[in-house]
Amino acid sequence: MAVAENMRLLEYQGKELFEQYGIRIPRSHLANNVEEARQGGRKLGYPLVLKSQLTVGGRGKAGAIVKCKSEAEMEPKFNELLHKEVKGELPRGILLEEMADIKKELYLSLFLNRSKRCYSLISSAEGGVEIESAGNKVVVDIPIDGLNPQTAEDTAAKLGLSGRTVVSFVDFTTKLSRLIGEKEAELAEINPVAILGDGSLMALDAKVIIDDNAMFRHPELKKYEHVSELEKQAEVSGFSLVELDGNIAIIGNGAGLVMSTLDMVSDAGGTAGAFLDFGGRATTETIYEALQVISKIKRVDAILVNLFGGIVRTNLVAQAILDAYKNNLIAVPVFARISGADSEKAKAMLNGSRAKLYNTVEEAIQAAVAAVNR
Amino acid sequence: MIKMATIERTFNIFDILVGSKGDKDFGKKPVVIQGITGSYGSTHTRLMKEYGTNIAAGVTPGKGGQNFEGTPVYDTMADAVRATGAQISGIFVPAPFFLMAAIEALDSGIKLLAAIPEHVPIRDSIKVLEYAQKKGARMVGPNTPGVIVPEVMKVGIMPAQPFKAGSTVVFSRSGTLMYEVSYNLTNRGYGQKLGLGIGGDPINGTNLIEAFDLIRDRSDVNSIVVVGEIGGDAEEQLAEYIIRTSFDKPVIAYIAGRAAPKEKRMGHAGAIVYGNYGSAESKVANYARANVPVARRPGEVPDLLAKKLRR
Repeated sequence: MAVAENMRLLEYQGKELFEQYGIRIPRSHLANNVEEARQGGRKLGYPLVLKSQLTVGGRGKAGAIVKCKSEAEMEPKFNELLHKEVKGELPRGILLEEMADIKKELYLSLFLNRSKRCYSLISSAEGGVEIESAGNKVVVDIPIDGLNPQTAEDTAAKLGLSGRTVVSFVDFTTKLSRLIGEKEAELAEINPVAILGDGSLMALDAKVIIDDNAMFRHPELKKYEHVSELEKQAEVSGFSLVELDGNIAIIGNGAGLVMSTLDMVSDAGGTAGAFLDFGGRATTETIYEALQVISKIKRVDAILVNLFGGIVRTNLVAQAILDAYKNNLIAVPVFARISGADSEKAKAMLNGSRAKLYNTVEEAIQAAVAAVNR
Repeated sequence: MIKMATIERTFNIFDILVGSKGDKDFGKKPVVIQGITGSYGSTHTRLMKEYGTNIAAGVTPGKGGQNFEGTPVYDTMADAVRATGAQISGIFVPAPFFLMAAIEALDSGIKLLAAIPEHVPIRDSIKVLEYAQKKGARMVGPNTPGVIVPEVMKVGIMPAQPFKAGSTVVFSRSGTLMYEVSYNLTNRGYGQKLGLGIGGDPINGTNLIEAFDLIRDRSDVNSIVVVGEIGGDAEEQLAEYIIRTSFDKPVIAYIAGRAAPKEKRMGHAGAIVYGNYGSAESKVANYARANVPVARRPGEVPDLLAKKLRR
């Protein structure tokens, strides 16, 4: 399975998980069209909030969260939101949500702490702002078997919480810790957590990222997976694919090598249109499949192949490129650097085709950038 | 929670991989391959043997008593270790079976685990890491090409041809870039004492700081090349370590992913930038404070190393 960024849950999906774990959320209704929104509005009552369901951050600033006082006000706003792109992303539904009686807001997240190699709980009495700018952050590490209630209570004290809110905070964080453990999330962030009029807590937002690599243990989360057709095809073949904005597709064996090639293309004045790592097991078939994936990305004007051989047989790559031309799969030129076993043979094979082999990656990149900028 | 730098002082990776001159099995330390009969494990077992690694046994549950091209296969790690006295294991099982395989290896007394598989769940990595620490063992990886002592032995999937014996150590978060950079070094006459793949995952059994601790007191190492990439703060932590401990061997770095977009996983599970966290700019700035030059491309690494060594 390729590592795609497909398990970043939408807010409503994260809240579904919260609900399963008894973490309190506002009453809400997901709508994909205005009729569903009308129904939701009648169920929830006004005023309410409309929230675009996006994976990108910064919804508030982008105006993708709006309040409405009545159905008449809601309908035009709903239609506008439904077609509003934020950072190039269209919403996958709009969540209608009741307005909570907010006394104060907190920040809360459980995340994989890479440098400490454990999970950490980070909280702040200043919620609703980006965590980088929040003050008085309290960070505690969480053992692999879950957050200790005493640690949660100590954290509540450090945040200056009191009375019923402390009890609610311990309940909230231990449940969130169970969720992280059982669902194998890398992150569960709630920003903000509302302290309601009665002192109890409620999750107003949800950002949950599940560890893609643990998905084989979580068929129940499969419904949240979101991949494009192209990514699906890449995944089936065992490739890592990232679509980008430029016109040079970069194919290589190894994520680091492809990233490095991307940097050099950018330094040479080119822009990458795709990042495709086909991994270590390159056969004629897998390279051909990689070219098949790339052929579906219309903006690609050139294909750059950077292959560090050794384990990979380079003549197999050359054969795949020749087959792709012969079958009219690709028409754009291929600029290749293939080092390692059999590279002399590969060079000879490509003679007379639209593909050219270069001795260094720098030369291949120069040629590719010159060709697309011509 | 994993405490850093607690066992490195007593953990001598060269003793385990190569041994001392007086040892009967000097340079021929026994290695067990878990998953030896799988397609991946068998391909690389052949290549490791060809390179000179003493693959003393393999383990595949249910295939005990058979042999793989002359190498005995056992059902369990306990049997394999009892028969060979191996302290090193190369794990080639598919990711879903990694946790069980690694725990079994640690229980049997293995001291160095080369964790090859990609796509190991994060929680499994953390569990193995905590257990390894309890056992005084070290894990390299997961999602690593493994470890190579050029011209002596290798445990992993790296090709032989980029590496040559010498005095530079290469630590890398990426497989192919480790080969590419080592190849560039070799071509310019800088052989390697050790090549160690940190791994492309967010959680690394041996992180950069621990890797530096493994070689910092060695007189046969004259320089270190660190091949990094975007994501996490391993490079930032390393820069801080170099300053804090007055690390005095020349260090050269390379960082892949300068031109990568934010919030996108670039092939490796660990290669993702959130805001400024994990960005190339942050890493370059921290390396600059530690006086570590950063190459713009893999081909520039030997130039920068030459400059540093001349000084």
